[in-house]
Amino acid sequence: MDPQRKRKIRLVMALSVAVLLAVALIYTSFSAATEAKEPSQLIGATPGTTYDMTGKVVPGSIKHRGSGIAFQVVDRDGQGQSLPVSYTGTVPDPFRGGREIVLTGRVQGGTFVGEPETLITKCPSKFTTKSNG
Amino acid sequence: MASLGSVLLALAFLAAVAAAVIALAGRKGERRLIDLSRRTVYGFCALLTACVAIIEIAFAGNDFSFNIVQQHSSIETPAFYKLAAMWSSQEGSLLLWAWVLSIASSIALFATRNKMREIVPWATAVMMGVAAFFTGLMLFAPDVDPFATLSPAPADGIGLNPLLQHPSMMIHPPMLYSGYVAFTIPFAFAIGALITRKVDAEWIRSTRRFALIAWTFLGFGLLLGARWSYTELGWGGYWAWDPVENAALMPWLLGTAFLHSIMVQEKRGMLKVWNACLVVGTFSMALLGTFLVRSGVLQSIHAFGDNTVGPYILGLIGVVLIGSTALIISRLDDLRSEKRIDSLVSRESVFLVNNLLLVGLTAVIAWGTFFPLISELFTGNKASLAAPWFDHYTTPLAILLVLFTGIGPLLAWRRVSWASARRVFRIPLIVAAVSAVALLLLTDASHKPWAMALFVFAAFALTGLGQEFWNGAAARRKISGGSMAGALIAVVSRNRRRYGGYIIHAGVAVVLIGIAASSSFQTNRDVNLRPGQSAVVDGRKITYVKPEVSVDSEKFTFASLVTVEKDGKLEATLRPSRRYFRPTGQPTGTISSYFDGEATSEVGLHAGLGHDEWIAAQPDITKVQHQVSVADKAFKACVSGAPGTPPQCKAVGALMRSAAANPSLRPVALAQIEKLQSLTAENIARSYVSDNAAVTFKVIINPLVSWMWIGGLIALAGAIIALWPSRGRRRGAVVRTESDAQKEAKYREIRDAELDHAAGKLSDEDFAILDAELRREAVEILDRVDGGGNGKPHANGHGTPANGDGTPEKVKQS
Repeated sequence: MDPQRKRKIRLVMALSVAVLLAVALIYTSFSAATEAKEPSQLIGATPGTTYDMTGKVVPGSIKHRGSGIAFQVVDRDGQGQSLPVSYTGTVPDPFRGGREIVLTGRVQGGTFVGEPETLITKCPSKFTTKSNG
Repeated sequence: MASLGSVLLALAFLAAVAAAVIALAGRKGERRLIDLSRRTVYGFCALLTACVAIIEIAFAGNDFSFNIVQQHSSIETPAFYKLAAMWSSQEGSLLLWAWVLSIASSIALFATRNKMREIVPWATAVMMGVAAFFTGLMLFAPDVDPFATLSPAPADGIGLNPLLQHPSMMIHPPMLYSGYVAFTIPFAFAIGALITRKVDAEWIRSTRRFALIAWTFLGFGLLLGARWSYTELGWGGYWAWDPVENAALMPWLLGTAFLHSIMVQEKRGMLKVWNACLVVGTFSMALLGTFLVRSGVLQSIHAFGDNTVGPYILGLIGVVLIGSTALIISRLDDLRSEKRIDSLVSRESVFLVNNLLLVGLTAVIAWGTFFPLISELFTGNKASLAAPWFDHYTTPLAILLVLFTGIGPLLAWRRVSWASARRVFRIPLIVAAVSAVALLLLTDASHKPWAMALFVFAAFALTGLGQEFWNGAAARRKISGGSMAGALIAVVSRNRRRYGGYIIHAGVAVVLIGIAASSSFQTNRDVNLRPGQSAVVDGRKITYVKPEVSVDSEKFTFASLVTVEKDGKLEATLRPSRRYFRPTGQPTGTISSYFDGEATSEVGLHAGLGHDEWIAAQPDITKVQHQVSVADKAFKACVSGAPGTPPQCKAVGALMRSAAANPSLRPVALAQIEKLQSLTAENIARSYVSDNAAVTFKVIINPLVSWMWIGGLIALAGAIIALWPSRGRRRGAVVRTESDAQKEAKYREIRDAELDHAAGKLSDEDFAILDAELRREAVEILDRVDGGGNGKPHANGHGTPANGDGTPEKVKQS
């Protein structure tokens, strides 16, 4: 086979492999992703579906219940109805009232039940604007 | 001082713009203009250094009229953290960016002051364009002026977040920034090379060091961040696939690809388009990392609030990407490869595979990182991908990379015959096979096939690298005698770039062993214990001995004394604790204010080469908080002089009332209140101890995780060896022309081939062919330089026996 042709075949093969991998990547990412919702969107959401909830912890609402905690969250802009949350597992250091959090879990009986070890609290310390610095 | 700073910053901006303009005016190579623009860059650097000094002096001297100082420091902030608090602010971090860039640009221009007369003006313009952008941001974008002032100056500042008061957190941001910034240099020279169509290996030779420095800083910064997360954050992990972490990892991966593929261009004149794309990609990724932490576009633990500079940086990324792509396309003709790959079994083809793997890995991470935006575009929902998705794709790619870190160093450039390949692969393959069998028989590694594969490949790679060192030293010893250790040192110090690189490979393999072992085989359990109780975790008896509580004017500290026993033997006594800080800048207030500030975990860590025992404690403070609110109420009632309050209470109440009327009494009143409060707080602390309250312990038994940090240090050592200037460079400026550099590079290749031959990597036949080719190429260069004049090596490939360091005789003379 002449080298020119050989190179072309090699190129086509490499490209097809890359395309196949890319398709697999795209396909799995859409099926593996969890939807992100804010608390107001979760009130009345389908029970049993897993969501990433992003919201703001209502100051003063954190209660220790046995080994877990219960608290309320509102939308990140601080507006809207609050959603009760229960969570068991490690609580990150920066977690407290007024902080933004991301928590994976599902709605059960009007309460958002977080999966253990999925609570992420945003570190508010750096680069904040003056109002909340 | 602040107004002086503003003036200096404005002058710095003008200097950056002036340097760029003067450089462009001298683009035809006018020495006078180029020198002037270089000196203007030095001036820019001096001005920014003065700006940084002013800010640092303000931090050190508690000058709270500076907004930046008031927001990020306080009188009580320890001195070390005061000096480092600058870059925990948005404006301070921008200043750091610009400052580091000014230093890097000055060094780069100093190093190239006698070279590349055509490329340098354009490179200067690019570097100073970027510098003017960042300096301009501080001057013109809202809310990011580092010299903003407060009037009147507050008495105290807010203080630095206690979470950030950790040594590695102080070094981590400047490391990452230095990494990001240093990638500007190769990018700027690449653009210069493309514009002037001088796309041979010269710009690469001159900026390779900067790429390696950038890569080293970025890698070390990543490692420090991981270390901080592991020891400070109380969740026990070191990597979370968080967007900001990914944003730092992506330029590092592309930078790794770049460092390898430029060697192919340097030695073979191939992959020019690829290298140009990689350097543009790496620099864009570095800008993207700077952008992501400041934009609020993606949900991240590193959320730095919405602010104003994000869109500008995005604009810069757009300009860089579109401009560079257009430039590369317009120069495709100049970027044609000079040669083709000779054989699939050669170092350059392994580099090609490793490049594809690294770029693939970057693409996967980029896709996952930006998936929330992609999914919003297509489905209207911001959906995100969690760690398992990332692990799923990155694990196999990382494992293949380990394999290639082993294969690459074993192969010579151009082509390797099967006979040579068999010889160099024999021992590493045997060791890999033996370690596979040993792992299967002696450990439970077979349950985790990915980790198993990684261990076996790492064994292969490490053996191969060890063999390289051994053979190199043996070859050297055969020639010059002496001890094996002496020969090893000699061969490494004479081939720093090669062996430094090998050491980096070994370090990376060790890091990946640590990651694979600790992520696949760790035991992670939460246990709830009262004082005196024990639990068994992974064969270790964890006993909660007793609580230890302390309180001071700043914080409550709930520590738990824990012992770890294995087989009845005490392994460690740990004191994990949780600290609740008062918001700083409020020395008094209610006692409950102790729980209004930050809370941090101090992890109990017993690190070992085999296992880490990692314990974090989460005390149940419900009862304490209840007592605190009762005490606060009682105190309020007390000072208001309610009936039945004790006499000392009334005294404080009276003191407060008179203080309200007479300000000079206020300090006395405040001191009294504080004293009373700390007495109450101490009482509450004592009651917690006598209470026998339960504590939730997160216990992690982490195998081999220490090797991650050790591997990182090995890689760092390798990078330092590779970067160490050669004797000639240290002696100072030898004015070299491009043809000198080409000649030297070719001689080095000849020496490399001789070392490979002496070390047994190249068979006699392979070497004979390669040596003849290299000498022919060297003659071509010499012919171009001086019409085939003096000092050329003989093209017949004979008669130049390798001497001491494998240098051909003729090369030594020249």
